[in-house]
Amino acid sequence: MPPPTGTFEITEATRLLLYQSMLRARALEKKAYDLFMEGLVQGTTHLGLGQEAVAAGFAAALRPGDMTFATYRGHNHMLLRGMSMASILGECAARANGCCAGKGGSMHVTDVAKGAMGSYAIVGAHLPVAVGAAWAGALRGTGQVALCFFGDGTTNIGTFHEAVNLAAVWKAPVVFVCENNLYMEYTPISAVIPVQHPAADRAAAYGLDRIIVDGNDADAVHEIAVATVGRARRGEGPSLVEALTYRHKGHSRADPGKYRPDEEVAAWLKRDPLLIYRSRLEAMGFPASVLDEMEALAEAEVDAAADEARAAPLPDPATLTTDLWANGGSEWRN
Amino acid sequence: MAELTYRTAIAYAIAQEMERDPRVVFIGEDVGAAGGVFKTTVGLFERFGPDRVRDTPISEQAIIGAIMGAAMNGLRPIGELMFSDFLAVTWDGVANQIAKTRYMTGGQVTLPLVIRTANGGGTHFGGQHSQSLENWAMAVPGLKVVAPATTRDVVGLMAAAVRDDDPVVFFDHKRLYTLKEDVPDGEIVDVLGKAVIRVTGSDVTLVALAAMVPVAVEAAARLAESGVSAEVIDVRSLVPLDTATILESVRRTGRLFTVEENPRLCGWGAEVASIAAEECIWDLDGPIVRITTPHIPLPAEAGLEALAIPSVERVVRTVLSTA
Repeated sequence: MPPPTGTFEITEATRLLLYQSMLRARALEKKAYDLFMEGLVQGTTHLGLGQEAVAAGFAAALRPGDMTFATYRGHNHMLLRGMSMASILGECAARANGCCAGKGGSMHVTDVAKGAMGSYAIVGAHLPVAVGAAWAGALRGTGQVALCFFGDGTTNIGTFHEAVNLAAVWKAPVVFVCENNLYMEYTPISAVIPVQHPAADRAAAYGLDRIIVDGNDADAVHEIAVATVGRARRGEGPSLVEALTYRHKGHSRADPGKYRPDEEVAAWLKRDPLLIYRSRLEAMGFPASVLDEMEALAEAEVDAAADEARAAPLPDPATLTTDLWANGGSEWRN
Repeated sequence: MAELTYRTAIAYAIAQEMERDPRVVFIGEDVGAAGGVFKTTVGLFERFGPDRVRDTPISEQAIIGAIMGAAMNGLRPIGELMFSDFLAVTWDGVANQIAKTRYMTGGQVTLPLVIRTANGGGTHFGGQHSQSLENWAMAVPGLKVVAPATTRDVVGLMAAAVRDDDPVVFFDHKRLYTLKEDVPDGEIVDVLGKAVIRVTGSDVTLVALAAMVPVAVEAAARLAESGVSAEVIDVRSLVPLDTATILESVRRTGRLFTVEENPRLCGWGAEVASIAAEECIWDLDGPIVRITTPHIPLPAEAGLEALAIPSVERVVRTVLSTA
């Protein structure tokens, strides 16, 4: 697969969609952080602040029915499959209005009806699951594509290799997207791999192309997304994409990210995907007032969602033992 | 009426379900063209083709993940783990993902899948290819667990497992593969969670699972010669567990013995014993006794292995010495 050419045509509507998507994802994650500081979020959160362009660029290449699998850093991805902010923030706050009724929490945001097939909290767990879902779609002739996001650290776990190999052998319609944010958790990925690129440099082992994209450039991501999703949908098999990006915060709420050099953080903050995109849109002649209005809309949406989460009741104690089995209960004996 | 072995009943059962429901697919290592390393799946590949009967790489985590994903997207997959010992390789997928996803998503994700695996000792394969691991699965909320003791039950319980909307771990027992039985014609379907009384008796209740069922049945015959009337219950399904049948029998006989192939600690019989102790202790005429493999890995040498796994002699001796 050729690298981005710069000649890929992106419509005005798509550009606005990409910007709006990133604004909404950014607003959501900032609000998740605020709610945590308010004491409303139970447990922990892993924020995708700074990584919005990857989520936006890929989401814009999908169709209804496609399936997105993400990690515990998955709010961006789940939101952009059409989930409501209230159902995500409600789940972070473990409220009854949360997408999992408070049983999943921040790390397990899921809305299957929207193709938001889940956020998986064990590193690497979801890669073979995405392959199986993609294979099932192919067998049933649905034309669905599975999209599977994971971090750079995942490339050192066994399921990565088992899943990418199986997908390649079975030509499953799945696109694996490695969000390389340079740190596995607290340790630089470069300290724990013998190659430069955790995903792209392993692609050849599975007969796949070496694909690296600027993960902070929504247009570049979108171009790769259209190409790889299209390839999967045409039955030509999986792709493995490495998107270079950076998380603005630490690994989780417990991590201030002090292990990262100040100058590195500063350099990446200058490459904030929203700043990059806003400058590009302004340079193309989109009026600042329109862009400001979009930002205000995202803020208003997330404020309303946060209010909804704050007002929502905690889960009914009666739900403690529901929904283990398909019959709705949890009985294990007669 | 057809005579099947426990071994051939596995392919027969899977074929019955694949014939009935196009959503049923079957994947695993060497299960297709090779017909399975134990020849338990011979003929399925030829009959249903490579789309529905798929050979996988030696990638147990991928097998387990793939059946989970396939179940999320409209199929009813059966995944084979060649040996149940390999469950250890897949435990994130089985115990964290498959078992928990329905609950953790507030009931959004239904996973109608079966993990079929060759379980148990007596084949001198050593400690990593011989374990009886039903209790591993039993200990995880969200998994149903069955272990057939008869050829007919292989078919009936497989059908029930495939048709169930929840994940089922299906343990077939390697030492029973040569067992022959006439199986009735036509569709055979059981329900999960129903124990069967294999031998009726009035003095003691022997509760057994899988390959321990024929051991207990033979022990009951020997005990009868000594004037002890033993009832034998084949548990068949650990989750759901038919406590009603077990407790009714124990209340009647006043004695409970479990016959378990697993190592001692936390075997399935410990749960059965604790339920009996909680719910019918005043009906008991003596202590509850668990007959298990010692708390050791299984040795490879045939003589040592036979010493380890509960035998007819050990069951008879234990019952006679404590009854």
